[in-house]
Parts: sequence; structure tokens; C-alpha cells
Amino acid sequence: MVYLTRKAEFSASHYYNNPEFTPEENQRIFGKCNNPHGHGHNYTLEVTVKGEIDPRSGFVVDLKELKEIMNREVIEVVDHRYLNKEVAEFEDLIPTTENLAVTIWKWLDPRLSVARLHRIRVYETPDLFADYYGEP
Amino acid sequence: MKAYLTRRYRFSASHRLHCADMSEEENQVVYGKCNNSYGHGHNYFLEVTVAGQVDPRTGMVCNLADLDAFVRKNILKRFDHENLNTLPEFSAIVPTTENLCVEVYEILKREFRHAETEKVRMEETMLNSFEYAGGRELRPQD
Repeated sequence: MVYLTRKAEFSASHYYNNPEFTPEENQRIFGKCNNPHGHGHNYTLEVTVKGEIDPRSGFVVDLKELKEIMNREVIEVVDHRYLNKEVAEFEDLIPTTENLAVTIWKWLDPRLSVARLHRIRVYETPDLFADYYGEP
Repeated sequence: MKAYLTRRYRFSASHRLHCADMSEEENQVVYGKCNNSYGHGHNYFLEVTVAGQVDPRTGMVCNLADLDAFVRKNILKRFDHENLNTLPEFSAIVPTTENLCVEVYEILKREFRHAETEKVRMEETMLNSFEYAGGRELRPQD
């Protein structure tokens, strides 16, 4: 089994708010992230896939194909978007780093045929990232 | 959905690698420059990974404010700008970054209540780093 990781970058804005909480609770729990006008990050996405090396091509996965899938399924959907308002999944789901990692897994997993998805890592800043391995 | 959240922190500290059970010559052979009796320092990077179910109400494994406050109070305040050899934690063990990594993991495991402590990773310099997950393997099994 060989693991391969491809990175991509996107920039997006978001804010954290749960309509079931009072404004005071939202403020206490989410702090600055509760600003309703949103704020943004330069995100880095790392997609790690795993598989056996194809003896003919020497590849675990065709990187060009992986890059195209990542661009189509993720980057074009989230780059330069206000996640809460412009990405359907986040209408009712708070776009935290954790939820972004889980959501990106859900977008990519059904699209990969040769290699299997191992990990989604989303950096919100260089000092904060979330990992999702597809665990329930 | 179980996710893992990693936060990166910085602190600076000095240490001297010296084992009281070894002779001066042995210490010199084993630790080399790190055995300098006046000690020396590093800018450490600490990565704390916590794990847990993503709370459907908050979208979080744990509130970052709770993790930051805990790490500042219980780890950074304890080790930042200290000579590690003078701390009670290292009265009987050598303050290598391996031991520091284990110590930080144990503090989190023992006292941090907002999420599971998964792993501690520490960079002593840009060229070496250490990881400890309570003796467990690092990644979920395939």
C-alpha cells in the first residue's frame, strides 16, 4: 500500500452560527467567528489516497486525474465563495474546519475509482487543521 | 463522524541533556554538544491533536477557545522561557524532546476534558520532530 497526497488551495469566507442558540449563546460559543458578515481564510486542502502501485504505469493514481477531480468537485465549489450562503451543504451545517473536512470527503469519495481515499486534511490557517479518515 | 483537530503552538526553553547515572565521559559521548553544562535553547513547535465526534450543534470536535486556554495555562505557561532541567517534571528524567513530548501528552490526557487527546507532536528544530500517542500507532488501522 502506497499513500499519495495532493495539495490544493482555496480562499473562502464563513461565519459560525447555530439558529437554535440564542444570540448570546452564539456569541459565547463562537466568539469572533460569529460575526454575521463573515470572515475569510486561505485554506489548504490535502487529499491523501492509498492503493497499490500499478505495475505498468508505476502510479497509485493518475495525478492529473486526481487534480481534475479535486478542482471540479471541491475547488470550483468553494473557492472565493461565502460558504454559508453559496455552498448548499452549509446552509444547515456550520462550515467549521471539521465539517469542511467531512464534507470534502463526501464529495470526493464517490468520485475516486482507482485509489481509495485515506485522509482529508483541511488547514484553516498554518496553525490549525482538521483531519477526517471517513470514520463514523 | 469522528474527526481530528490539530492546533500548533510555539514556546522557547532551554535544557541540558545529562544523565546522572552516567560518567562525565559517557554523558559527553552520548549527548555531545547537548551536554554543555550551561544548557542551550530551542524554539519548540508543539502540535496538539484532539479527536472526537463532531458535535452536530457546533460543528466542532472541541471549542478551540477551550483548547487554547488549556494549553496556554497548563503547558505553555509551564514550559515557555524556562530551563527545563530546573522543573520538577525533569528532576529524575532527562529533558529530551521525547520525554517532553510524553510529559505534554500526559498533561493533556490527564486534565483536558473537552475532547480525547490523540497525539502530541513536537518540533525541537526545523530538522527534527517527535510524536507520541500514548504508545499507540499513529494512524487508524486500514
